[in-house]
Amino acid sequence: MDSKKLTARDYASDQDLRWCPGCGDFAILKQTQMVLAEIQADPAQTVFVSGIGCSSRFPYYMNTYGMHSIHGRATAIASGLRLTRPDLNIWVITGDGDSMSIGGNHLIHLLRRDLNLNVLLFNNEIYGLTKGQYSPTSKQHIKTKSSPFGSVEKPFNTLSLAFGAGASFIARSIDREAKHLQEMLKRTNEHEGTSLLEIYQNCHIFNDGAFEQFTDRKAQKLNAIFLRQDEVISFGENNEKAFRFDGLSPRAVDKANYPAEELWIHDESDALKASILCNWVESNPELPKLFGVIYAKKQSNNARNMDSDVLDERYVNDLIKGRKTWSV
Amino acid sequence: MTKQKENIAIKFAGDSGDGMQLTGAQFTDNTAAHGNDFATFPNYPAEIRAPQGTIHGVSGFQIHFGSRLIHTPGDEFDVLVAMNAAALKDSLSGLKSNGVLIVDRAGFDKKNLRLAGFDPDQDVLSSPMVNNFDCIVVEASRFAQETLADSPLDPKAKDRSKNMFILGLILWMYSRDIASVERFISEKFKDDEVLRKANLEVLEAGYHYGETAELSRYKTEVKAASLAPGEYRNIMGNTALAYGLMAAAAKAKLHMFYGSYPITPASDILHELAKHKYHGVQTFQAEDEIAAACAAIGASFGGALGVTGTSGPGLALKSEAVNLALMLELPLVVVDVQRAGPSTGMPTKTEQSDLLFAMYGRNGESPIPIVAAGSPSGAFSAAYWACKLAVEHMTPVVLLSDGYIANGSEPWRFPQLDKLPDIMIPKAPEDKGMGESYLPYQRNSDLVRSWVTPGTPNKQHRIGGLEKELETGNVSYDPDNHQAMTDMREEKVRRIATYLPNQEIHCGESQGDLLILGWGNTTGIIQSSVKELMEDGFKVGQIQLGFINPMPKNLGEILNKFKCILIPELNTGQLLKLMTIAYPTCNFLGLHKVKGVPFKKQEIVDEARKILKEVENGQ
Repeated sequence: MDSKKLTARDYASDQDLRWCPGCGDFAILKQTQMVLAEIQADPAQTVFVSGIGCSSRFPYYMNTYGMHSIHGRATAIASGLRLTRPDLNIWVITGDGDSMSIGGNHLIHLLRRDLNLNVLLFNNEIYGLTKGQYSPTSKQHIKTKSSPFGSVEKPFNTLSLAFGAGASFIARSIDREAKHLQEMLKRTNEHEGTSLLEIYQNCHIFNDGAFEQFTDRKAQKLNAIFLRQDEVISFGENNEKAFRFDGLSPRAVDKANYPAEELWIHDESDALKASILCNWVESNPELPKLFGVIYAKKQSNNARNMDSDVLDERYVNDLIKGRKTWSV
Repeated sequence: MTKQKENIAIKFAGDSGDGMQLTGAQFTDNTAAHGNDFATFPNYPAEIRAPQGTIHGVSGFQIHFGSRLIHTPGDEFDVLVAMNAAALKDSLSGLKSNGVLIVDRAGFDKKNLRLAGFDPDQDVLSSPMVNNFDCIVVEASRFAQETLADSPLDPKAKDRSKNMFILGLILWMYSRDIASVERFISEKFKDDEVLRKANLEVLEAGYHYGETAELSRYKTEVKAASLAPGEYRNIMGNTALAYGLMAAAAKAKLHMFYGSYPITPASDILHELAKHKYHGVQTFQAEDEIAAACAAIGASFGGALGVTGTSGPGLALKSEAVNLALMLELPLVVVDVQRAGPSTGMPTKTEQSDLLFAMYGRNGESPIPIVAAGSPSGAFSAAYWACKLAVEHMTPVVLLSDGYIANGSEPWRFPQLDKLPDIMIPKAPEDKGMGESYLPYQRNSDLVRSWVTPGTPNKQHRIGGLEKELETGNVSYDPDNHQAMTDMREEKVRRIATYLPNQEIHCGESQGDLLILGWGNTTGIIQSSVKELMEDGFKVGQIQLGFINPMPKNLGEILNKFKCILIPELNTGQLLKLMTIAYPTCNFLGLHKVKGVPFKKQEIVDEARKILKEVENGQ
């Protein structure tokens, strides 16, 4: 690496960006490049591995090592790379169809194994590259080319799925919130283990406005909870609401009526509370959606420090010879 | 008193819980130590404990050993050990008419007879079916119980040692030293004194039984074989294959990564490699076949030797990933231990029917080298070469083995690594220091790109499954570029032929009336067939094709020196199709069998005689 300070531009390759104008992917690419510059990541030690889909073009635009692979398998490929190369900083770029439909099996097993990888899940709730079919995260009843009468399928609760699979880090952000996204990308990178960052990303062409309720300033207050460590989880038009536990059940209450210590204060390392956030808050259609670090298990380096030595010729010679031989 | 014989084939058959595989394996080790040449054929049901006493539950282990060279486990056997009625029913047809039948009386009670489908009231052991043979009725189960009268084991556990009684008897019958088996038992049960003592006592009881029961007329000796000079060991196909992969990684100075999902009959490769975790081998038991292949590709991208192993159904699932490796031009060895039939088929039975799938079973134009193992010990060099080609030519390679090779064993004059050919890693051309950008798809004269792994400074690049521009590797939809890339990928594999060893005559004549061309597990059976035909004065030769795509350069020359070429395969003619396309002027004939079992010598000899007669008559 050159000794000069790298800027965001140094992480961009010479390839023309081929996403549709207005696509949320541009913002995510830009924030990622900015974060890499901020942490002065060595481009030669950084790898982006993607599957198939609009977002999976991402590695071509990065001046790092990269692989644009096959549909759903980036997580599996990155696992093999991780296991043999503990020295690299590896990012997986995937979409909702890529990681939760065709690659669902690899995603859950990656989370279970907790290999030290950063997974950026671009969720636009639609198949974009194949031109507009409903995805496993599309809202029920959505009308698309493959569901002209409305989809009957219920979407995944991505947070709950990740938590159920044993994820050690679960966070969510959104393409339009540049600062929040940067912060989440940094947190994702810092976590040792598999870090899953779901990024709501607007598909301008096939599912425009799917996340407007979280980006419009006024609607955002009603529809989004931005979690902050050690702060009361609050929401509502004027942040006037909070949760108070009644046994294990959280109840929405008026914040003003209770002292802060009686309200639910976010602790991202608390697995039980994370489980309630993922399984109860997130799945309740009456409640706002969660943003921020939902769960970050405190753990030491969980990357499997396997022995990456080359095979020794003497060892193999002894092995081939075995224990019982005879001479002729 | 002791008879001398040149060769003997024995089949141990019993219920899958009777320990026949262990008995067979121990007798094999003892045979190796005795200095005989041998070949084995374990044949067992897919179910771990199939319904006890039934035909479905029969587990067999056949061994053929001799003072001369042995090429096959034998079409028929001289001795059949049948531990129960079902084993008798299953295997009796393979016993030679003058063969010796050894049965355990306890396995022929009313219940066992009924389960095997006999009339429970029939006295099968006195029936002509049995009496046509020289039959020894041994009360192995009862003797095991009596020997262990003072042992604290329960009757069921005592009964389980009856296979040791049989093993002891057979070792005595063939004038063997039982010390090696005793050592094995002592080691196996070193933590359980009661079982250790019980097994040793029953083994010795069996060994002494021969004398006391006056079975001396059966006592036979098969003297040590005169194998080529050298140091030998016994080896199973899957183990040899695993060692071949490791040898290649060591020779290339690479870390090895093996991604696999449990599947019969390939799992033993995973088991073997998993033992070497602290010595440069990483095994990854993936969530599925696709992940196994993809993880190996990821490892290979990072600079390890990426290998994935499976059987036919798994190869089907890996298809897309293998094609990715082809587009990325990264080394990947794909091991397919073939088994019988489409879909799940017959998992524990053997077949050679994935050849055309390996050749053509991917989307788009997808040329991939194919290497085939020819025998249990031959799996070592086949695996070594598969890795060598994958690394030196930056390509996925399919390595074909099969269930018969995987589980069979034979003596192996094992090599030392320094005698194996070097494996050269294609490195990037030296930087001229002009600040030039690295072109990941720039090629050398063999059309091979360089293997530059993440972490290498100033050579960052992106690779992917989309069609790429010649040299830069950038995505390209240009029509002429796609044509050029397709042609280049084909030519790249074709040029590998230059680096293959010349095809050799495996046995027999180098020109004449009939060439028998085999691949895979038919090596031994064709060799014995050719020997028999030559003894009868026919001009016959054998070659065994180890490199199927591309084929060795001198192959055409050999083929042209024979009037006819017979290709016996355990499929419906897959190599026959490839050969007919590659050498359209040669006179190829096929011999096909898909029964889940290997060819018998007689089947090949009969077919060859028929052809030779026609050649003689000028047809």
